[in-house]
Amino acid sequence: MTNSALALSASGGGTLRQHPLFVRYAPIATIVLALIVIWYIAAVLMNLSLVRDGFEREETPYTVSELIEGTMSAERPLLPAPHQVISAFVDSVFGYAPTAPRSLVYHSAVTLSATLLGFLLGALLGIGLALMIVHSRVLEKSLLPWIICSQMVPILALAPIFVVVLGAIGLQGLLPKSIISAYLCFFPITIGMVKGFTAPDPMQLDLMRTWSATPRQVLSKLRWPSAVPFLFASLKVAITISLIGAIVAELPTGAEAGIGARLLAGSYYGQTIQIWAALLAAAVLASGLIGLVDLTERGVARQMGTRS
Amino acid sequence: MALGMPKALKLDDPDVTLPRDVRESFVASSELVGMNNTADARIESTASPQRLAVDVRDVSLTFETADGKVDALSNVSLQIADGEFVSFIGPSGCGKTTMLRVIADLQQPTSGTLLVNGMSAEQARLERRYGYVFQAPALFPWRTIEKNLKLPLEIMGFSDSEQKLRAARYLALVNLTGFERKFPWQLSGGMQQRVSIARALSFDPALLLMDEPFGALDEIVRDHLNEQLLQLWDKTGKTVLFVTHSIPEAVFLSTKIVVMSPRPGRIIDIIDCNFPRDRTLEIRETPEFLKIAQRVRVGLRAGHSYDE
Ligand SMILES: Nc1ncnc2c1ncn2[C@@H]1O[C@H](COP(=O)(O)OP(=O)(O)O)[C@@H](O)[C@H]1O
Ligand SMILES: [Mg+2]
Repeated sequence: MTNSALALSASGGGTLRQHPLFVRYAPIATIVLALIVIWYIAAVLMNLSLVRDGFEREETPYTVSELIEGTMSAERPLLPAPHQVISAFVDSVFGYAPTAPRSLVYHSAVTLSATLLGFLLGALLGIGLALMIVHSRVLEKSLLPWIICSQMVPILALAPIFVVVLGAIGLQGLLPKSIISAYLCFFPITIGMVKGFTAPDPMQLDLMRTWSATPRQVLSKLRWPSAVPFLFASLKVAITISLIGAIVAELPTGAEAGIGARLLAGSYYGQTIQIWAALLAAAVLASGLIGLVDLTERGVARQMGTRS
Repeated sequence: MALGMPKALKLDDPDVTLPRDVRESFVASSELVGMNNTADARIESTASPQRLAVDVRDVSLTFETADGKVDALSNVSLQIADGEFVSFIGPSGCGKTTMLRVIADLQQPTSGTLLVNGMSAEQARLERRYGYVFQAPALFPWRTIEKNLKLPLEIMGFSDSEQKLRAARYLALVNLTGFERKFPWQLSGGMQQRVSIARALSFDPALLLMDEPFGALDEIVRDHLNEQLLQLWDKTGKTVLFVTHSIPEAVFLSTKIVVMSPRPGRIIDIIDCNFPRDRTLEIRETPEFLKIAQRVRVGLRAGHSYDE
């Protein structure tokens, strides 16, 4: 931070191309720009026949520019143009009270709470399983195949079963969604933490032995800290999976609220723009969550003196 | 004395808690010891009732590996009195590390008996009677230098104030006062190794096991650490078992040099080496020094020809 600030003031006389902000963001901006251009072209191509059919059905004469304009302002386009998605997104985020059922903020909050709870449960489960696996070869042999199997069953098939079974025992709303989300996200955490807990150098383990440390001390003073980089790597994967899990859990259950519910409603009524706006909300949520994990990681890394 | 010994280790300093018996015994202890081995049964002294720091009798250790058995130690016997400085020298794979690991109870012998401080190796380990220094510093990268020093103390349940006191004292001992808050990667290899020596000393074990501690360091740093180690040994009266590849290092430091040879790992010569305790590096030019070095070299060569 201070570095770039310094560079900023120092480069006052330099050209734009040497500006640190330019150097940092130019590649990203270029790619985003290219994607947007491709998106517009795709939107025009994909919606072309739709719009032409419309004109022809109404038997109004049209020019090429009218046609192209039409492809970018259709009410239910096959592929909405970027500006349509953004305006729908902005509209449904800022256009309503955050608690209104048409507000994307409301739906995002519903999905977010299931995501966070699922993530928490998944992290606890994932770390717990990793601990068991690391501490016992028998458990490793008996647990690991089941853990791997659990991830081979398609979640779309499992989700309705979960919801029905959990509903039968009186669990509804947030919890079933969180459980599905936890079911998906514990896996990378288990795998990552098994690796992390076994990361210590044999020499460090020998040292602990020469001090006759208890297994608990070995865990807290050696295995845990060694696992931290692995923990954050797997948490980053897990939190996005957890979000996907929460959204997927909303799909087959006829949920009334949540990003999944918006996607579902959008596809029922052919509201493609609404679908894309909901997807955009999911993307914003995902990057926010990853950003949060990233920030925590950096804080922890600083505490642990990680060389930067 | 290039780095100089800190004041903290004056024997009359009330801050230094050395066991009384150690202070009194070390003068006498350098005199003697019975060392003995089956290959060449020389008994050097029998009269002294000197307490043995390490008593190895007829110990063998065979590793079962995928491609057959490896006799890492074969009928090794060795008696080391309190306060001795014993170097182990020999070609790679002759069992020096294995010897130290067996004494440290990091590895169990296949046969033979072993007493450390008059008790079984396991008992000695559980009672934290020795400090072990590995070839690499093996510091914990997420701990500051001070916290690295405190690690064994935390594990052994020393009080906070005692931990602080000892960390400061032993950092001073290895001339690293002022580096408390640094992380290991901010120190040079030689400094890190000094930290690991301080760490091994921090809980004041009477026995120090060092496995090629200076192997990875350059000549100058090595000479320097040799002098420091010698002074430390002279002042604390600890028993030191020291593995090295370097003949001059062995001759300079030791009261006894144990020459080993591989396949099967055994002791082929034990050489007395009683230079004045306050010797300096200059003695390396003296005829006595060269004579002993020559004898070690001959022993090593004999060990080799046995093989080829
Ligand atoms: N854990 C082990 N498993 C199998 N063989 C080993 C093991 N540790 C050491 N050895 C073998 O035992 C012999 C002695 O090894 P070591 O004590 O490390 O020798 P040194 O320290 O003198 O170089 C070598 O031949 C080595 O390959
Ligand atoms: Mg070795």
